[in-house]
Amino acid sequence: MAEIQINNLVKVYPGGSERANDDVSMHIDDGEFMVLLGPSGCGKTTLLRQIAGLELPTSGSIAIGGRDVTYMPVHQRNLSMVFQSYAVFPHRRVRQNIAFPLKMKKLPASDIDKKVAWAAELLQLTPYLDRFPAQLSGGQRQRVAVARAIVLDADVLLMDEPLSNLDALLRLSFRSELKRIVEQIGTTTVYVTHDQSEALSLGDTVAVMRSGKVSQMGGPLDIYDWPADTFVGSFIGSPPMNFLDGILQDGLLDIDGHRFTAPANAPRSGKVRVGIRAEAVGVVDDEGPNTLTATVQVVEPLGASILLTVEVGVHQLKVQAEPTAKTRTGDTVILRISDSAIRLFDPETGLAWLTGDSA
Amino acid sequence: MTTGTRTPVPVDLAPLRSYRRRRGLLQVACVIISAFMAVPIYLIAVAAFSTRAGLNQFPQPFYPANFGTETMSTFLSSTGITAGFINSMTVGIGTLLLSSLVGAPAGYAIARYMFRGKDSYQLFLLFTRALPIVVLSVPLARVFLAAQIYDRPVAVILLHSALALPTTILITSSVFLAVPVDAEEAARIFGCTPVGAFMRVVLPLALPGMAAASIFTFVMSWNEVLGATILTFSQRTLPAQVLSSLADSPLAYRFAGGLVLVIPALIFIAIMRKYLLNMWGTTIR
Repeated sequence: MAEIQINNLVKVYPGGSERANDDVSMHIDDGEFMVLLGPSGCGKTTLLRQIAGLELPTSGSIAIGGRDVTYMPVHQRNLSMVFQSYAVFPHRRVRQNIAFPLKMKKLPASDIDKKVAWAAELLQLTPYLDRFPAQLSGGQRQRVAVARAIVLDADVLLMDEPLSNLDALLRLSFRSELKRIVEQIGTTTVYVTHDQSEALSLGDTVAVMRSGKVSQMGGPLDIYDWPADTFVGSFIGSPPMNFLDGILQDGLLDIDGHRFTAPANAPRSGKVRVGIRAEAVGVVDDEGPNTLTATVQVVEPLGASILLTVEVGVHQLKVQAEPTAKTRTGDTVILRISDSAIRLFDPETGLAWLTGDSA
Repeated sequence: MTTGTRTPVPVDLAPLRSYRRRRGLLQVACVIISAFMAVPIYLIAVAAFSTRAGLNQFPQPFYPANFGTETMSTFLSSTGITAGFINSMTVGIGTLLLSSLVGAPAGYAIARYMFRGKDSYQLFLLFTRALPIVVLSVPLARVFLAAQIYDRPVAVILLHSALALPTTILITSSVFLAVPVDAEEAARIFGCTPVGAFMRVVLPLALPGMAAASIFTFVMSWNEVLGATILTFSQRTLPAQVLSSLADSPLAYRFAGGLVLVIPALIFIAIMRKYLLNMWGTTIR
């Protein structure tokens, strides 16, 4: 277990000119679960692989537990890792796969047996210990990969999209199991994913990355509630945050002629990009303050709620309505926007005008 | 969406019939092609185990009507055959080991690393095969004479290894490509040095494919006769021996020689066959 300190990390792949990681700095506390989240090509896996030592940084530094590891060979770093493709060794039985890191550390055989039994028990692999990976299902193979990663007291546990090859149902159940196991062993963990729900549910801290840079880093709820820019707002949440153009003047927010109470402490007036979460918009019966009318374009029943796509002037809006709402395509509905959920962004740069701390 | 019973549309059986007809024709074609390969070997075997008198009959029966082992035993006990067989085995296995030892690392490099001149290197590899063996062998004979290894199996091993390397390198590189990089990286994360990861994870996974590559190498070496004839004088490999001694032997012995040449290669392929299938299996997985 150890903290990770990353300073001004830059990675340019040989033959490429773009920076896969562009001046990334972050501190990961001892025992923290850090999730690197971003769309494909944002540099999250590159960052993880540099921590692992599988890629070498172009400049900058990485220290694990106060020890510089920037250019240290992979096998000396005392890490463990779960791969997206599981990367279990097909020519070794489950038992030998889990024991592999311990064998490499040259632990006595009795300790190895004890630890393998513990890890197998934790991941419900005990009946499969003498099978080959080819005789296991995908989910079981991933359990083997996780067992192999946690059996060792590694300084840092790295996970590269470990759930993305599992089917949806299994992914959900294994996600909570993974969280329980990692909390139990308490290892500093760096977890890469492109799935925002995974990031929010697992991470103590989530770092949202885009084009090699960290766009925002913070607790999952902070990031969800107070996106630092429109990219984070549109990437996190399902459905993504709605964005509308408005004008802010005299404490009032004007969206297509509808007036809303503007958030306090707004730093300036003028054109503004308004961000609003789908669940902060409700379908109401009567017009009143902070309401607007819209035309329903699509109705998607999701069970627990109904997802409406509505048209407000030139804008499209996603609305999460109560499952009891009886709306049909083409209806005109009255929407009420909860004013405390209104977020303001600069229309040019996309950066947030307010953060959770200043509001 | 009603689940009530309705009159089913009559089933058109014509496509099924034509499907079955095509399947049948395919089977026939397979049998014909297999027979084209197997019948000559069978006929040689029949002839090799016939008596010399029986061989002169016409028409020849399709089964060993005049069964006799005397031709075979005379052939096997004639001078140079056993020694040639041992030489051929030595050369074949020696070539196998040497070309794997040199070729596998090259194949690994092609599979795993980007390096300057990779494409030209791969092309250049094939140039060895562009030169006729005769052109290669005569200068080689001079060099080997000077190095005092002429007329020894090691001379033929060197030549055959050079001939086998292009195929060995290209096949092993495709084998290493099929070994997942992740597995190798996992081994390194868990404490293997790069060499350790290769020995513990990559090599065991690549072995089936490398066994397949060895078929090509062994059979090539077993069958190669021209270079072996030029580079040896008394230590002939079996094909070289057969070629030089049987050219003017009676017909019966030529059949015996042919069979003895075919059988070991067939046995070797049969042993390695399951690995060959495995090789494509691992590529698909």
